[in-house]
Amino acid sequence: MHAMFPPTLRVWLLRLAPLLLLLIVLGLLFFLVQKGHSALSLNLLFGDTPPLMAVLGQAAVWNGLWPACAGTLYLVLLTLLLALFPGLCCGIYLAEYANRRSALGIGLAMDILAGTPSIVMGLFGFTLIVFLRRTFCPSANTSLLLSAACLALLVLPNIVSNTREALAAIPRELRITALALGLGKNAMIRHILLPQAVHGIAAGVVLALARAAEDTAVIMLTGAVANSGLPAGLLDRFEALPFSIYYTAAEYQNADELASGFGAALILLALSALLVFLAHLLERRFLQRSRGYHATGHLC
Amino acid sequence: MPRSNFLTENIPQETAGPWLWLGTVLAMLGVFCLCVMIVVAALPAFFSHSHSPFEWVWQPNQGHFGILPMCVGTLLLSFSSLALGFPWALAIAVWHLTEEASAFAHAKTAVGALIRFLTTIPTVVLSFAAVFLLTPFLRLHIGGTGFCLLGASLMVSLLILPTMILVLESGLKGKLEALCPYGLALGFSRYDLLRYCVLPQSVRTLTQAAVLGFGRALGDTLLPLMLAGNAPHVPTRVNESMRTLSAHMALVTANEVGGSAYNSLFAAGLFLLGTSVVVTLILRRLARTDTSPERP
Repeated sequence: MHAMFPPTLRVWLLRLAPLLLLLIVLGLLFFLVQKGHSALSLNLLFGDTPPLMAVLGQAAVWNGLWPACAGTLYLVLLTLLLALFPGLCCGIYLAEYANRRSALGIGLAMDILAGTPSIVMGLFGFTLIVFLRRTFCPSANTSLLLSAACLALLVLPNIVSNTREALAAIPRELRITALALGLGKNAMIRHILLPQAVHGIAAGVVLALARAAEDTAVIMLTGAVANSGLPAGLLDRFEALPFSIYYTAAEYQNADELASGFGAALILLALSALLVFLAHLLERRFLQRSRGYHATGHLC
Repeated sequence: MPRSNFLTENIPQETAGPWLWLGTVLAMLGVFCLCVMIVVAALPAFFSHSHSPFEWVWQPNQGHFGILPMCVGTLLLSFSSLALGFPWALAIAVWHLTEEASAFAHAKTAVGALIRFLTTIPTVVLSFAAVFLLTPFLRLHIGGTGFCLLGASLMVSLLILPTMILVLESGLKGKLEALCPYGLALGFSRYDLLRYCVLPQSVRTLTQAAVLGFGRALGDTLLPLMLAGNAPHVPTRVNESMRTLSAHMALVTANEVGGSAYNSLFAAGLFLLGTSVVVTLILRRLARTDTSPERP
């Protein structure tokens, strides 16, 4: 057996890899926090406008991040609204009802969708608008609704595969017991399996939210703008946090704008980390519940 | 999917309710619309002879709408970040699976947490930090503006790193643990087992990780858009500016030039969609044959 490197050198080469990663990531984080923490204040969010009036929508915010935060919030909620129903239904169908052939087909479609770059999803929305303008509705324009629809398509595979996996992870004894007690398939799914899998499904939904909140490529092509204030309606353009970060890096004029960009980056990072952490907690709860069932032999 | 004969044969087979059908059909309709729309929109680009997108010059003012430099740029960036990221990911995975010193137990936990944290960083935040940290550094040390192929591929390799590490670890861990009781008793170290017994048997896992990383690198928009400088030509050195298809699409839609430029946009979209579909099909193939027994 010959070795490529002498053992000591090999060990240190292997140790170097994680060390380098640690240094780079901590360096980037430290840099962000160092530049951004001084900007974090109510002033960053609301500028010169009184916060209460801004939150209630009574006064416009001109030099703060509040419209971008509110825009991201609306966008994420709307995306959830659009993606939840088809995502859950498709996941349940795939896990419980689909025969071999249709499971293969739907699985393939979901895999393709999951692999599609987000910019292509954005292009889909953009193409839709170009098409509408040329045919039915010359006044069609990119908007909040369009962005949310494209984002819903982007996060759909996450919700579907998570729902499917959560249902598949349910202990088999539970199914047998439910059937033995005389429940029909539909009743079993509604009253036994879904309540049992709810934390796993919720974890997938929260992860999907995190993905929708951070994605920039889609909203760039489908209606995010730099200065629009609070979104006026579903068919209006809007501001969003990721887009304002990108816009700051490209077009900043002075140190204040740059500082607000760092602030926005910190806010988005915190939001994203929070959502992923929440998903992690839900996932753990789900696993505990399944394991608890195994250990004690009854529902916990 | 049916999982056992007992459960599928002995219960009254009820069919899915109408709402479930509706939801599934809606989801499928979304995927169908996406593919059809992208393909149909790109068709005119293949049949127009005046402003074909398949040339090497991008100068909209003079009627040249070529996207070939961007295609090359996308492939170049993906492969170079894979070349940087894959050995790195493999080294981290191997370290994580084999480090035996108990002094490093905390470091192992920390690196595991770090890798999971890395997946949560939004790409726009990553690019924002890199623009103000990495770019000045590169400008100082390798010349040029700092917005270059090297900077972009460094950050993209960081982006695809956690994906690849997770695939590698989940693929290698089971085989290694299965071998350990016998191998360690024979006097091999965990590294020896991994290097000489598990890795040669795990070409499929390695390929899977590489293809997945390639797919993610291919589609990313924000890192190349903010870090690569966006000059529409093929870079010949690592400190030269370049433009990927994804960045090109973002720039063209932002400027709303219209007309023939849109043709190039849709052709670029089709290229990206086509490549990612091919990547998905390869991954499915790898995953399907992975279930066949492949024991060391």
